Amino acid sequence: MRAIRRIPLPSLTGLVLTALFVLAAIFAPLIAPHGNAEIVGDVWEPMSAAHWLGTDNLGRDLLSRMIYGARITLFIAVLATALSFSLGAILGFSAAVFGGWYDTILSRLVDLLMSIPTLIMGLVVLSVLPSNLVTLILVMGILDSTRVYRLSRAVAVDINVMDYVEAAKLRGEGSGWIIFREILPNALSPLVSELGLRFIYAVLFLSTLSFLGLGVQPPDADWGGMVKENKDGIVFGIPAALIPAAAIAALAISVNLVADWVLNRTTSLKGGRG
Amino acid sequence: MVDGKAKSGPLLDIRNLRIEATVYPPGEAPRTITLVHDVSLTLEKGKVLGLIGESGAGKSTIGLSSMGYGRGGVRITGGEVILNGRDILKGGKEGLRKLRGRDVCYVAQSAAAAFNPAHRLMDQVVEATLLHGTATRAEAVKRAVALFKKLSLPNPETIGQRFPHQVSGGQLQRVMTAMALCSEPDLIVFDEPTTALDVTTQIDVLSAIKDAIRDTHVAALYITHDLAVVAQVSDEIMVLRHGRLVEWGGTRQIIKEPRQEYTNALVSVREIEHQEQQPGTTPMLSVKNVTAAYGGGHIKVLKNVSVDIYPGQTLAVVGESGSGKSTLARTITGLLPPEQGSVVFDGRTLANRLADRPKEDLRQLQMIYQMADVAMNPRQTVGTIIGRPLEFYFGMKGRERDKRVAELLDEIEMGKGFIDRYPAELSGGQKQRVCIARSLAAKPKLIICDEVTSALDPLVAHGILKLLLNLQQIEKVAYLFITHDLATVKSIADSIAVMYRGEVVRYGPKSKVLTPPFDAYTDLLLSSVPEMEIGWLEKAIKGRRMESAGN
Repeated sequence: MRAIRRIPLPSLTGLVLTALFVLAAIFAPLIAPHGNAEIVGDVWEPMSAAHWLGTDNLGRDLLSRMIYGARITLFIAVLATALSFSLGAILGFSAAVFGGWYDTILSRLVDLLMSIPTLIMGLVVLSVLPSNLVTLILVMGILDSTRVYRLSRAVAVDINVMDYVEAAKLRGEGSGWIIFREILPNALSPLVSELGLRFIYAVLFLSTLSFLGLGVQPPDADWGGMVKENKDGIVFGIPAALIPAAAIAALAISVNLVADWVLNRTTSLKGGRG
Repeated sequence: MVDGKAKSGPLLDIRNLRIEATVYPPGEAPRTITLVHDVSLTLEKGKVLGLIGESGAGKSTIGLSSMGYGRGGVRITGGEVILNGRDILKGGKEGLRKLRGRDVCYVAQSAAAAFNPAHRLMDQVVEATLLHGTATRAEAVKRAVALFKKLSLPNPETIGQRFPHQVSGGQLQRVMTAMALCSEPDLIVFDEPTTALDVTTQIDVLSAIKDAIRDTHVAALYITHDLAVVAQVSDEIMVLRHGRLVEWGGTRQIIKEPRQEYTNALVSVREIEHQEQQPGTTPMLSVKNVTAAYGGGHIKVLKNVSVDIYPGQTLAVVGESGSGKSTLARTITGLLPPEQGSVVFDGRTLANRLADRPKEDLRQLQMIYQMADVAMNPRQTVGTIIGRPLEFYFGMKGRERDKRVAELLDEIEMGKGFIDRYPAELSGGQKQRVCIARSLAAKPKLIICDEVTSALDPLVAHGILKLLLNLQQIEKVAYLFITHDLATVKSIADSIAVMYRGEVVRYGPKSKVLTPPFDAYTDLLLSSVPEMEIGWLEKAIKGRRMESAGN
């Protein structure tokens, strides 16, 4: 308990909210009062005891859809971010360590990818490839990894010239040790802060794609897709579209609060012992 | 020093100065620490007071307090700083602004970092004078040119038109002194003005500063950790430690008859007994006619260099910065493949490139760096840092490895309580010791020591040198010792190579290299090492002038 009390309030809020989202995502079938695609009432019913958040444009329970939506949104965003980080960081670090042709070719390739606006690139690729979760995650992850590559290469180039890396090279260490044991722990701080941001970008990107009809396919929906489904209601004063939008915002803030906290805990060079 | 406008009482009178700072240790409540404990000093007009001590002694903090300045969150919380009869701490911001750059000027340690690279030197030199409106621009420029002349800068008329990167480090330091003198202040604070310079440059800057102080009758606080330097310029010396006054007295008294034990340790720090060993028959490592270059062969940094190192002995490579000493180390370790020549180790020629060398060759050659701070991964514990070579070269694991790490920690005179510490939790000397243990862990035959003591305080450096010599006895390891400090060389070397512009100009056993007749460069190098003796500077400069006239 003492450990929890030492966490600053904003971080605690972030942790609690993130945990709630994650729990909702994991136990969606147990928590949700109705099925995901089950039509339970009239179109756009207001909030009531039966339907806490009202119903959506087809008369489905909005709360249940939100909970199932959390599952899809988090699942895709987490996997896409994990992919973009492992790919981007490993390639970025190795480019910095190996240098020369390897670095030049990789960097120009990344420049090439980055010169095309991400959204347009994503739209083109997704409209050609079969629309399923795997392609979606791959496309999102690879497109995002270009940004991570840039950052990790820049960070690693600075670390690579430090004496301790030279000492490791003189010892005869392989690139694996140099990348994962010498460079990675020292590059973690900027990467973690970027991670919080990138995760949210992934959520937003997924929402955008779904909004445009190329993301998650109905009847499943992530939060962005739910905004799209219910957007027409806004004209009639129906808040159904605003609820998923608010959920996205809350997730964004809480994940970043957690990332900040992790950052604070790990920047100390004295092993966090004070 | 009787001056027309001399007032009664001292120029600067600091009484019971107390300086504090708040530190924010992670995970703990912020707490206040006291950096300077009730230090008092007085300085007469036209006199020079030397402040000396190790890093963290509070010398710079005290020096800056004479202009009412606290660096990086440091607060002056008690005492009085009276300049010309006025307590400057009570003058408020307005008063301080009038004072700084007019009554008190500051000369920083690194002139290269202290000048704005985007402005011409002259604009920066006259800036304070113009700002305070004490002279018109034409007058100020005239004054500056006169000062440039006095500080024997080349082309005094035109040097002001240059940008900071267009002059050398020693010249820049002198321009900075001219900048401080330009507004004709009463007091100048010199904060380690020669520490970052080579010995041969240091002597020029030192004598220029000394002449300028004498001719302008300015008072000065001279901050340094080098007692020999401060003995040349100051009238009085104040020894500080941990923010407390240790001893304060005339220069002669401090260096000849120190009354405190600590002062005595500082004065007598440099002598280490070391019996010179005769070179054996077969060298362990020989560098044969090596030529190396940077930038695809355009800039030759090593020209036809040959040296030998014998088993269990120490070869010192001396020279000023840019002479190619560190490049020689890079060539031997394989970081910079030579263009011509070869490195022979234990009878076999080493591969030129690091990547082509077998693990065994890498193990035999270890290196210790100048900056222990950056030579250790800040995210690894001492146990990992020392244990990794054991794991990597000998495949030691678990308890066996920990046992050996503990033994090594014992050898470097640190207990095994340090095994879980991170580098940030060690002092400068301890860090360098851990680096030594890391290189010893590989059981090498040769350790390359690249300026290992130059970033350390004299007393700590002394301890490191003694440790290195002891370890040489125990482990029978040879050292290639790169340094610009001749005092270090005298205490530990068996043979010496003097390098100048990429060439070895003098090479042989220590006793032979250090006995006359010298070649011109070795003589310059030897005569430039400050000695703890009053009047040494004048003698050295005079001796040198005759020398250069003779050449």
